[in-house]
Amino acid sequence: MMMHLTRHRIEVADLLTEVQGPERGGTSVFLGTVRNDADVTGIDYSAYEAMAFEEIQRILSEALERWPEARVTLQHRLGLIPAGEASIAIAAAAPHREQAFAACRHVIEAVKQRLPVWKKEIHADGSSIWVDPSGHPVTNESLC
Amino acid sequence: MAKVSVRFFARYAELAGCDWSAVTVSTPATVSDVIARVREVFPGTQAMPTRPLAALNRRQVTLDTSVTEGDEVALLPPLSGG
Repeated sequence: MMMHLTRHRIEVADLLTEVQGPERGGTSVFLGTVRNDADVTGIDYSAYEAMAFEEIQRILSEALERWPEARVTLQHRLGLIPAGEASIAIAAAAPHREQAFAACRHVIEAVKQRLPVWKKEIHADGSSIWVDPSGHPVTNESLC
Repeated sequence: MAKVSVRFFARYAELAGCDWSAVTVSTPATVSDVIARVREVFPGTQAMPTRPLAALNRRQVTLDTSVTEGDEVALLPPLSGG
Protein backbone atom coordinates (compact mmCIF):
# COMPACT_ATOMS: atom_id res chain seq x y z
CA MET A 1 0.00 0.00 0.00
CA MET A 2 1.48 3.32 -1.12
CA MET A 3 2.24 5.93 1.56
CA HIS A 4 0.93 9.04 -0.15
CA LEU A 5 2.85 11.43 2.11
CA THR A 6 6.50 10.69 2.76
CA ARG A 7 9.59 12.34 4.17
CA HIS A 8 11.86 10.10 2.14
CA ARG A 9 13.13 10.29 -1.42
CA ILE A 10 10.43 9.28 -3.91
CA GLU A 11 11.04 6.00 -5.69
CA VAL A 12 9.16 6.06 -9.00
CA ALA A 13 9.49 2.28 -9.35
CA ASP A 14 7.29 1.86 -6.27
CA LEU A 15 4.51 3.89 -7.91
CA LEU A 16 4.81 1.91 -11.14
CA THR A 17 4.46 -1.34 -9.22
CA GLU A 18 1.25 0.04 -7.73
CA VAL A 19 -0.45 0.86 -11.06
CA GLN A 20 0.95 -1.32 -13.81
CA GLY A 21 -0.66 -4.55 -14.99
CA PRO A 22 -0.82 -6.63 -18.18
CA GLU A 23 -4.25 -5.23 -19.08
CA ARG A 24 -2.98 -1.64 -18.90
CA GLY A 25 -0.88 -0.86 -21.98
CA GLY A 26 -0.15 2.82 -21.32
CA THR A 27 1.54 4.35 -18.31
CA SER A 28 2.07 8.05 -17.72
CA VAL A 29 4.32 9.46 -15.00
CA PHE A 30 4.48 13.07 -13.82
CA LEU A 31 7.37 14.22 -11.65
CA GLY A 32 7.47 17.63 -9.99
CA THR A 33 11.04 18.58 -9.16
CA VAL A 34 12.49 21.39 -7.04
CA ARG A 35 14.06 23.97 -9.36
CA ASN A 36 17.29 25.79 -8.56
CA ASP A 37 15.76 29.19 -9.41
CA ALA A 38 18.08 32.07 -8.49
CA ASP A 39 19.95 30.87 -5.40
CA VAL A 40 17.35 28.36 -4.19
CA THR A 41 19.03 25.33 -2.67
CA GLY A 42 15.87 23.54 -1.62
CA ILE A 43 12.23 23.84 -0.58
CA ASP A 44 10.84 22.96 2.81
CA TYR A 45 7.36 21.49 2.27
CA SER A 46 4.82 21.43 5.09
CA ALA A 47 1.23 20.20 5.11
CA TYR A 48 -1.97 19.86 7.03
CA GLU A 49 -1.25 16.16 6.93
CA ALA A 50 -4.58 14.75 8.14
CA MET A 51 -6.51 16.79 5.57
CA ALA A 52 -3.93 16.19 2.83
CA PHE A 53 -4.21 12.44 3.34
CA GLU A 54 -8.01 12.56 3.05
CA GLU A 55 -7.88 14.93 0.07
CA ILE A 56 -5.50 12.60 -1.78
CA GLN A 57 -7.93 9.72 -1.21
CA ARG A 58 -10.74 11.84 -2.63
CA ILE A 59 -8.70 12.93 -5.66
CA LEU A 60 -7.67 9.36 -6.50
CA SER A 61 -11.24 8.10 -6.01
CA GLU A 62 -12.54 10.76 -8.37
CA ALA A 63 -9.95 9.73 -10.98
CA LEU A 64 -11.03 6.11 -10.65
CA GLU A 65 -14.68 7.08 -11.11
CA ARG A 66 -13.82 9.03 -14.24
CA TRP A 67 -11.41 6.45 -15.70
CA PRO A 68 -12.61 3.13 -14.21
CA GLU A 69 -10.09 1.06 -16.15
CA ALA A 70 -7.15 3.17 -14.96
CA ARG A 71 -5.02 2.80 -11.86
CA VAL A 72 -3.56 6.01 -10.44
CA THR A 73 -1.40 6.73 -7.44
CA LEU A 74 0.69 9.58 -6.13
CA GLN A 75 3.31 10.37 -3.56
CA HIS A 76 4.03 13.85 -2.18
CA ARG A 77 7.26 14.38 -0.28
CA LEU A 78 7.36 16.69 2.77
CA GLY A 79 10.24 18.28 4.66
CA LEU A 80 13.37 19.79 3.16
CA ILE A 81 13.84 18.71 -0.45
CA PRO A 82 17.10 19.69 -2.18
CA ALA A 83 16.96 21.28 -5.64
CA GLY A 84 16.90 18.62 -8.31
CA GLU A 85 14.90 16.10 -6.29
CA ALA A 86 11.22 15.27 -6.79
CA SER A 87 8.57 16.72 -4.51
CA ILE A 88 5.70 14.83 -6.13
CA ALA A 89 5.23 11.83 -8.39
CA ILE A 90 2.03 10.66 -10.04
CA ALA A 91 1.69 7.44 -12.00
CA ALA A 92 -1.35 6.52 -14.07
CA ALA A 93 -1.74 3.31 -16.04
CA ALA A 94 -4.67 2.53 -18.33
CA PRO A 95 -5.50 0.25 -21.24
CA HIS A 96 -4.62 3.06 -23.66
CA ARG A 97 -2.35 6.09 -23.47
CA GLU A 98 -5.09 8.72 -23.80
CA GLN A 99 -6.65 7.63 -20.51
CA ALA A 100 -3.27 7.40 -18.80
CA PHE A 101 -2.23 10.90 -19.86
CA ALA A 102 -5.65 12.36 -18.98
CA ALA A 103 -5.82 10.74 -15.53
CA CYS A 104 -2.27 11.83 -14.70
CA ARG A 105 -2.99 15.41 -15.78
CA HIS A 106 -6.27 15.48 -13.88
CA VAL A 107 -4.59 14.39 -10.64
CA ILE A 108 -1.73 16.92 -10.73
CA GLU A 109 -4.16 19.76 -11.47
CA ALA A 110 -6.39 18.65 -8.56
CA VAL A 111 -3.35 18.47 -6.28
CA LYS A 112 -2.38 22.02 -7.22
CA GLN A 113 -5.88 23.31 -6.46
CA ARG A 114 -6.82 21.30 -3.39
CA LEU A 115 -3.90 19.81 -1.45
CA PRO A 116 -3.14 21.71 1.79
CA VAL A 117 0.62 21.89 1.27
CA TRP A 118 2.90 24.92 1.53
CA LYS A 119 6.45 25.61 0.48
CA LYS A 120 9.23 27.67 1.95
CA GLU A 121 12.21 28.35 -0.29
CA ILE A 122 15.64 27.96 1.23
CA HIS A 123 18.34 30.19 -0.24
CA ALA A 124 22.10 29.76 -0.46
CA ASP A 125 22.70 32.52 2.11
CA GLY A 126 20.60 30.61 4.67
CA SER A 127 17.53 32.84 4.36
CA SER A 128 14.09 31.36 3.75
CA ILE A 129 10.79 32.67 2.47
CA TRP A 130 7.25 31.35 1.98
CA VAL A 131 6.22 31.31 -1.65
CA ASP A 132 2.74 31.43 -3.15
CA PRO A 133 1.37 29.03 -5.79
CA SER A 134 3.01 31.03 -8.58
CA GLY A 135 6.36 30.94 -6.81
CA HIS A 136 6.33 34.58 -5.67
CA PRO A 137 7.37 35.51 -2.12
CA VAL A 138 4.53 35.75 0.40
CA THR A 139 4.53 39.02 2.33
CA ASN A 140 1.94 40.62 4.56
CA GLU A 141 1.06 42.89 1.64
CA SER A 142 0.53 39.98 -0.75
CA LEU A 143 -1.67 38.20 1.80
CA CYS A 144 -4.13 41.08 1.83
CA MET B 1 -21.40 29.27 23.22
CA ALA B 2 -19.22 26.84 21.28
CA LYS B 3 -15.55 26.03 21.81
CA VAL B 4 -13.81 25.45 18.47
CA SER B 5 -10.25 24.28 17.77
CA VAL B 6 -8.30 26.46 15.39
CA ARG B 7 -5.25 25.38 13.42
CA PHE B 8 -2.78 27.66 11.67
CA PHE B 9 -0.35 26.63 8.97
CA ALA B 10 2.75 27.98 7.26
CA ARG B 11 2.76 31.81 7.14
CA TYR B 12 -0.43 32.04 9.19
CA ALA B 13 1.17 30.06 12.01
CA GLU B 14 3.97 32.63 12.07
CA LEU B 15 1.44 35.46 12.18
CA ALA B 16 -0.51 33.80 15.00
CA GLY B 17 2.61 32.79 16.90
CA CYS B 18 1.28 29.25 17.32
CA ASP B 19 -0.07 26.43 15.19
CA TRP B 20 -3.02 25.45 17.35
CA SER B 21 -5.46 27.14 19.69
CA ALA B 22 -9.11 27.17 20.67
CA VAL B 23 -11.59 30.02 20.70
CA THR B 24 -15.11 30.36 22.04
CA VAL B 25 -17.84 31.92 19.92
CA SER B 26 -21.50 32.72 20.54
CA THR B 27 -23.87 30.37 18.76
CA PRO B 28 -25.19 30.17 16.15
CA ALA B 29 -21.78 30.79 14.59
CA THR B 30 -20.04 30.40 11.26
CA VAL B 31 -16.43 29.94 10.19
CA SER B 32 -16.40 33.67 9.55
CA ASP B 33 -17.29 34.33 13.22
CA VAL B 34 -14.43 32.07 14.30
CA ILE B 35 -12.02 34.03 12.10
CA ALA B 36 -13.26 37.33 13.56
CA ARG B 37 -12.59 35.98 17.06
CA VAL B 38 -9.16 34.74 15.99
CA ARG B 39 -8.26 38.23 14.76
CA GLU B 40 -9.10 39.61 18.22
CA VAL B 41 -7.16 36.98 20.15
CA PHE B 42 -4.14 36.86 17.81
CA PRO B 43 -3.54 40.40 16.52
CA GLY B 44 -0.83 39.17 14.13
CA THR B 45 -3.51 37.36 12.13
CA GLN B 46 -5.04 40.69 11.13
CA ALA B 47 -2.48 40.50 8.30
CA MET B 48 -4.39 37.52 6.89
CA PRO B 49 -6.66 38.23 3.90
CA THR B 50 -10.17 39.42 4.68
CA ARG B 51 -11.51 36.10 3.43
CA PRO B 52 -8.84 33.41 3.89
CA LEU B 53 -9.21 29.83 2.73
CA ALA B 54 -10.62 27.69 5.51
CA ALA B 55 -11.31 24.05 6.24
CA LEU B 56 -13.83 22.64 8.68
CA ASN B 57 -13.05 19.20 10.03
CA ARG B 58 -10.51 18.62 7.23
CA ARG B 59 -12.69 19.73 4.31
CA GLN B 60 -12.41 23.06 2.56
CA VAL B 61 -15.57 25.12 3.17
CA THR B 62 -17.01 28.55 2.51
CA LEU B 63 -16.86 31.05 5.34
CA ASP B 64 -20.63 31.02 5.89
CA THR B 65 -20.54 27.36 6.98
CA SER B 66 -21.92 26.77 10.47
CA VAL B 67 -19.67 25.58 13.28
CA THR B 68 -20.61 23.70 16.44
CA GLU B 69 -18.95 22.70 19.70
CA GLY B 70 -15.82 20.61 19.15
CA ASP B 71 -15.33 21.49 15.48
CA GLU B 72 -11.87 22.08 14.05
CA VAL B 73 -11.36 25.13 11.85
CA ALA B 74 -8.12 25.32 9.86
CA LEU B 75 -6.92 28.56 8.29
CA LEU B 76 -5.08 27.82 5.06
CA PRO B 77 -2.63 30.12 3.26
CA PRO B 78 -2.83 29.91 -0.56
CA LEU B 79 -2.17 26.26 -1.40
CA SER B 80 1.11 25.49 -3.14
CA GLY B 81 1.46 21.73 -3.25
CA GLY B 82 3.08 19.74 -6.02
